Amino acid sequence: MEALTASGITKQYAQHTALKNVNITIPEKTIYGLLGPNGAGKTTLIRIINQIITPDAGQITIFGEPLKPEHIGVIGYLPEERGLYKKLKVGDQLVYLARLKGLSKKDALTRIKYWLEKFEIKDWWNKKVEDLSKGMAQKVQFISTVMHEPRLIILDEPFSGFDPVNAQLITREILALKEKGSTIIFSTHRMETVEDLCDHIALINKSEKILEGSKKEVKQRYRTHTFSVDHKGSFNANGNYEIISQRPVEDNFYHTTLKAKQDITTNQLLSDLIGVTEVHSFIEKIPTMSEIFIGLVKGESHE
Amino acid sequence: MNKIFLIIEREFLNRVGKKSFLVATILIPLIFPAITFLLIYIDKQSKSDTKELVYYLDESKLFTMDNSKYTFVPLTGPLDSAKATYYKPQKKDLALLYIPKIDIDKPSGIRLYGARPINFEDEREISSMLTDQLRDIKMKRAHIRQSTLDSLDSKIQIETLVNEGGTERKSDSVVVRVVGFTFGILMYTFIFIYGAQIMQGIIEEKTSKVVEVIISSVRPFQLMMGKILGLATVGLLQFLIWIILITTLTGLVINFAGVEPSPGQAAGAGNNLAWLMETATLPWGYIIFCFLFFFLGGYLIYGALFAAVGSAVDSPAEAQQFMFPVTIPMLISYMSLFAFVVPHPDEPIAFWLSMIPFTSPIAMMGRLASGVPVWQLLLSMLLLIGGFIFTTWVAGRIYRVGILMSGTKVNYKVLAKWFLMKG
Repeated sequence: MEALTASGITKQYAQHTALKNVNITIPEKTIYGLLGPNGAGKTTLIRIINQIITPDAGQITIFGEPLKPEHIGVIGYLPEERGLYKKLKVGDQLVYLARLKGLSKKDALTRIKYWLEKFEIKDWWNKKVEDLSKGMAQKVQFISTVMHEPRLIILDEPFSGFDPVNAQLITREILALKEKGSTIIFSTHRMETVEDLCDHIALINKSEKILEGSKKEVKQRYRTHTFSVDHKGSFNANGNYEIISQRPVEDNFYHTTLKAKQDITTNQLLSDLIGVTEVHSFIEKIPTMSEIFIGLVKGESHE
Repeated sequence: MNKIFLIIEREFLNRVGKKSFLVATILIPLIFPAITFLLIYIDKQSKSDTKELVYYLDESKLFTMDNSKYTFVPLTGPLDSAKATYYKPQKKDLALLYIPKIDIDKPSGIRLYGARPINFEDEREISSMLTDQLRDIKMKRAHIRQSTLDSLDSKIQIETLVNEGGTERKSDSVVVRVVGFTFGILMYTFIFIYGAQIMQGIIEEKTSKVVEVIISSVRPFQLMMGKILGLATVGLLQFLIWIILITTLTGLVINFAGVEPSPGQAAGAGNNLAWLMETATLPWGYIIFCFLFFFLGGYLIYGALFAAVGSAVDSPAEAQQFMFPVTIPMLISYMSLFAFVVPHPDEPIAFWLSMIPFTSPIAMMGRLASGVPVWQLLLSMLLLIGGFIFTTWVAGRIYRVGILMSGTKVNYKVLAKWFLMKG
């Protein structure tokens, strides 16, 4: 089942279109990367999913049902613009936020205690948020996002503003939550930060979705059949591949970048190379998401 | 709906838990009984039994020293020996009054010696005692009898009566005015204080950036209304505590001081406590009910506007530019309170000010004690409710966009754009 589908989402503001006919499909129990530069429309889409704003056109379904106010409780949202009540104590704050998500007071207390113990910050209960360090507040913020055990967790620029230690902690918890069955949407313009985590990705540029699919698929589709080889003894191109660059490293060692023909398998290429040189390392140069993105955007602008 | 209550509860607990709330709630009501106590105390003091000693040397032999405030001790001999007697005792008595032989048509040379500074009141008291006696002497000389003089002197007291639905009620215009002013000013102050608190709370939510976290759980309108209503419950609780404290404490003070406020006594009473007794005859239950109603209405109207302003800006300083137009109707009604409403509660301008929802809470308070026809009161209340619904609707539309906008330069055009924006 799909955790979320959006079809034909359009949102128009007075002067500009924030989203133009966007369709996305987010499979359940995956980590889904919503990637694109600043101002592409990611936050608008996320706000629509969170029912903070309504789209001008299009439908959203969540776990097979049309999106309704009742679904607030199944979503955990960490906005890009995030914060906590400064004067409120950590415990009171979390209980309040949990109850707004629809939890009973009793359940809220149990869940919060569980998370505070997990993060070893039980003694923060009576501390005011303004007395916490930034890193401490970030932990509390994260707990507030996941404490109601949402089936869909939406993290908008999760690593901006989080220190590396907390970022790692969050990554670990996110993966654990995915194991438990949650679906996670990552939205970021820093594509390299989530590339390793994501199972699925969508690229959004200038209010439109320009690419969507599983990471494997996308990488397969945008393969450039480029390989980089470290080897001893130089060699020349043959009919199966062409040499893009070759430079000597030291003595008789070389570093070569070559491009294989479409129908040549990796094994074929490797055996060809073994015939002509002593291969020390052999890596397929898989494009990063931002390379794919830049390629796509440039291609578009050339059209 | 349930979530609005959560927000109301949170807002209530946040405010009531603060020290400033406790201090204001306990201390302010103490002011009224304290004033009452002071008045009674002064009143009692002036009739105190401990009379001070005044020595006198009357060479004119014209006067009989007689005043309830002092005990007079006659001295004889020349002035110097009298002075010596007066200055000698360790205990410093009030004064030595020296009256030389005087011409009753041109009395001069009367002196009051004091071992310590003599206050103005004592000086006046003694001087008026002498003046009165001198007048009596002159009257005798002119063969005017006291009764003749008394018959010339007639004092007219007018009783003001107000017709209310066929029954006539006595109204004292001074007390009515004071009550009108007081409640009008209170209304103005409270609406302002509470409205500003809403704005501040919303700016805080916006700058601490918690707002998007919250509105992913509740609708912006629910958040706004929850905050406004939450603060209203705080205000009502505060008033309730005040009313209870003020009435009990004032009652206690009056009882303690042994003054019985009774309507009958009020009519002729000329002492300091007259106003206290007058006020006791006013329909307090009715006034307080109306005050609470108009406070709630006015607060909701202005609270919504303040909320809209708070949502649009990033800092209290930035809010100033929008505060001005919001407070203008309040200022107008506040100033009209002194210029028109209280002095002329039945004229058209007072009527209209007490009908327009933006000015009615303050203006109506100014008119209330002088008696307002029931239909006017009901119409004003109805319009107030309508005004509240309208402003809340307008404010809600600005609020839902404003809270998500930060760092934008906001002017009235932008506000209008937000207002017109679709969901």
